Amino acid sequence: MTDHEFSARGVSVGYGDRPVIGGLDLQVPAHRVGAIIGPNGCGKSTLLRTLSRQLRPSAGAVLLDGRAIHSMPTREVAKVLGLLPQSPTCPEGIVVEDLVSRGRTPHRGSFGRWTSADDEAIALALEETGTAELAERPVDELSGGQRQRVWIAMALAQQTDLLLLDEPTTFLDLAYQIDVLELLVRLNESRGTTIVMVLHDINLAARYCDWLAAMRDGTVRARGGPREVVDVETVREVFDLETVVIDDPVSGAPLVVPRGRAGRSAGERTAAREVPA
Amino acid sequence: MLAAACVLSVAVGSLSVPPGQVWQALSDPSVHTIAAEAVRSRVPRTVLGLLVGAALACSGAIMQGLTRNPLADPGILGINAGAAVAIVIAMAYIGLTSAAQYIWFALAGAGLAAGAVWAIGTGGRGHATPLRLALAGAVLAAVLTSFTQALLLPHAQLLQSFRSWQAGGIDGARFTQIEQVLPFFVIGAAMAACSGPTLNALALGDEIATGLGTHVGRARLFLAVAAVLLAATSTALAGPIGFVGLIVPHAVRAMVGADYRWVLAWCVVVGPLLLLVADVVGRVITRPADVQVGILTAIIGAPVFIGLLRTRRLGEL
Repeated sequence: MTDHEFSARGVSVGYGDRPVIGGLDLQVPAHRVGAIIGPNGCGKSTLLRTLSRQLRPSAGAVLLDGRAIHSMPTREVAKVLGLLPQSPTCPEGIVVEDLVSRGRTPHRGSFGRWTSADDEAIALALEETGTAELAERPVDELSGGQRQRVWIAMALAQQTDLLLLDEPTTFLDLAYQIDVLELLVRLNESRGTTIVMVLHDINLAARYCDWLAAMRDGTVRARGGPREVVDVETVREVFDLETVVIDDPVSGAPLVVPRGRAGRSAGERTAAREVPA
Repeated sequence: MLAAACVLSVAVGSLSVPPGQVWQALSDPSVHTIAAEAVRSRVPRTVLGLLVGAALACSGAIMQGLTRNPLADPGILGINAGAAVAIVIAMAYIGLTSAAQYIWFALAGAGLAAGAVWAIGTGGRGHATPLRLALAGAVLAAVLTSFTQALLLPHAQLLQSFRSWQAGGIDGARFTQIEQVLPFFVIGAAMAACSGPTLNALALGDEIATGLGTHVGRARLFLAVAAVLLAATSTALAGPIGFVGLIVPHAVRAMVGADYRWVLAWCVVVGPLLLLVADVVGRVITRPADVQVGILTAIIGAPVFIGLLRTRRLGEL
C-alpha cells in the first residue's frame, strides 16, 4: 500500500454552459474514509465524477501524485483509482465470479493471460465481502444488498489504493446501508484503502467517516472531522435546515435531529392539536 | 456439427453425392465425374458460407455489446442497407460488377449508415438508448431501401442481378472473388479477436468501463470499425443476409454466458453452422432450384428470435 497524493486543484466543471462546480479545492487524506455530503444539486456527484475522470474539468485539474489524471493513460489510473458508480449496468445472466473477475481488466492486456495473482485477488475480494458462497449465482437473482456487495467485490478485485463510490447506500434498506458502510470501514482498516464516497445521509456519514466535506452551490463550505463539520451552523448553512445536534448514543458521533422548517414533526403536531382541547 | 454441415454443404444439391464420393472428389484431382465436379463447384460456396456466417455473427455480437442493445444487428441498424445503396450506385452509375470493385463502396456506405444511425440515435448528445438506436436504424434502413429501389427503376438490366444479390446468397461464389476481399475479413477478424475484454468492460456501463481503464470513446470507434468491416464485407459478397447477426449472439449467450471472449469464439462456430444449414435446406426444399440463404435465415431466424423474446428477458445488455 503506497501513499498516494490525490487532490482537486481549482476545479471548475459544468454541463454545457451551466457551471456546477467553480474553483474547488479538495485534498484527499491517504488511508482514510471520507464522505462528500450536501443537498441535492450541490454538485457532490459531479465532483465525484470529476475525481474519477468521467467528467473533464473546464479549469483546474485532479492530481494523482502530482500528475493530472485527465492526461494520464487511463489504464495506469485504473490501477490506482477504482470507481463504483451509483447505478452500474449488470449484464443479463452474468454470474458473481465472472462479474468480480472483470475488476482485473486494467491489470491485463487485450490477450492478457490469467495469472495466479488474478485468482488470488478475486478469491480475496469474494471472501472479504462475504460473497464467496454466491460465486456461481447469477447476479440478477440476488437481493439489492447482496448485489451491492458483489459490485464492491469487483472494485476490490481491481486492487486499487483509492476507491471512489457514488452513493453506495442508495436503494438499500437501513440494515444493508449499515452493512455496506461497515464493510467499507473494515476494508479501509485491513487494506488501508483510501475511500471517498458521496453520501446522502449526514448521520451515517458522521458515524463512519474520518472526514467530511460539506458542499453547497458547487463549493466546499466545511471540511474536517465529523465534529468539526456537523454542527448546527454548518447544517443550517448547507441544508437550510434548523436542527439540534446531539451525541449518537451508540457511536458517540454527532447526530443531527431536524427541527423541521415550521414545526411539522408528528410530535409537534400532536402537541399543537392538544392545546385548543 | 460444423464439420458435418460443411460435408453436407458440398454433398447436397440438385445433384446429391454420397460421402464416399465427396472425399474422393476432394482428395483426388484426377477424377472427373459429374459428381466430382459438382462437389468441387460447391467448395467455394461452402468457404464463403463459413466466412460470411462467422463475420455476420461476430459483427452482430460486437454491435450488441457496443450499443448495449439486444436488438442491434447489421440489418436492424441500417448498415446492410447503407452498403446496398452504395453498391447499387456503384453498379448503376460506375458500372462496377465484381465484389472486389464495389467493396470500397460497400464499406463507405455501411460506415456512413452506422455513423448516421449513431448520430440520430444519440441526438448529438445524451445516451443512445436501445430503443432510439433501433428506431433510428429502422428509419434509415427504410429510407435507404426506397432510395435503392428508386435508383434501380431506370436500370432494368441491373434489376435481375441486384435482386438475387438483395435476397442474400452464397451461390455463385468464386474463389477469386473471395480472395480479393479476404484481407478485409482478416482485418475484421483480427479486430474482433481482441475486442472481448473491451466488450466485457463496456457491458458494465460507461462509468465502470472508464473506471476499469477503458477509453470509452476510442473503444467504441474501434469496435464500430470492426463490426462495419465485417458486415460490409459480408454484404458485398453475399448480399444482406438477415438474422444471423441478431440471433446467433443471443443463442450463444444462452449457451456460454455473458463473457464476450467466449461469445465471440462461439459465434465463429455457430454463425457458419446456421448459414450452411440454411443454405443446404434452401437447396433441398425446391430442388433442383435454390432458395437463397438470406430468405432461409429469415424463415429460420424469425421464429427462433420470437422464441428467445418469449423465454428470455431481453433487457439492456
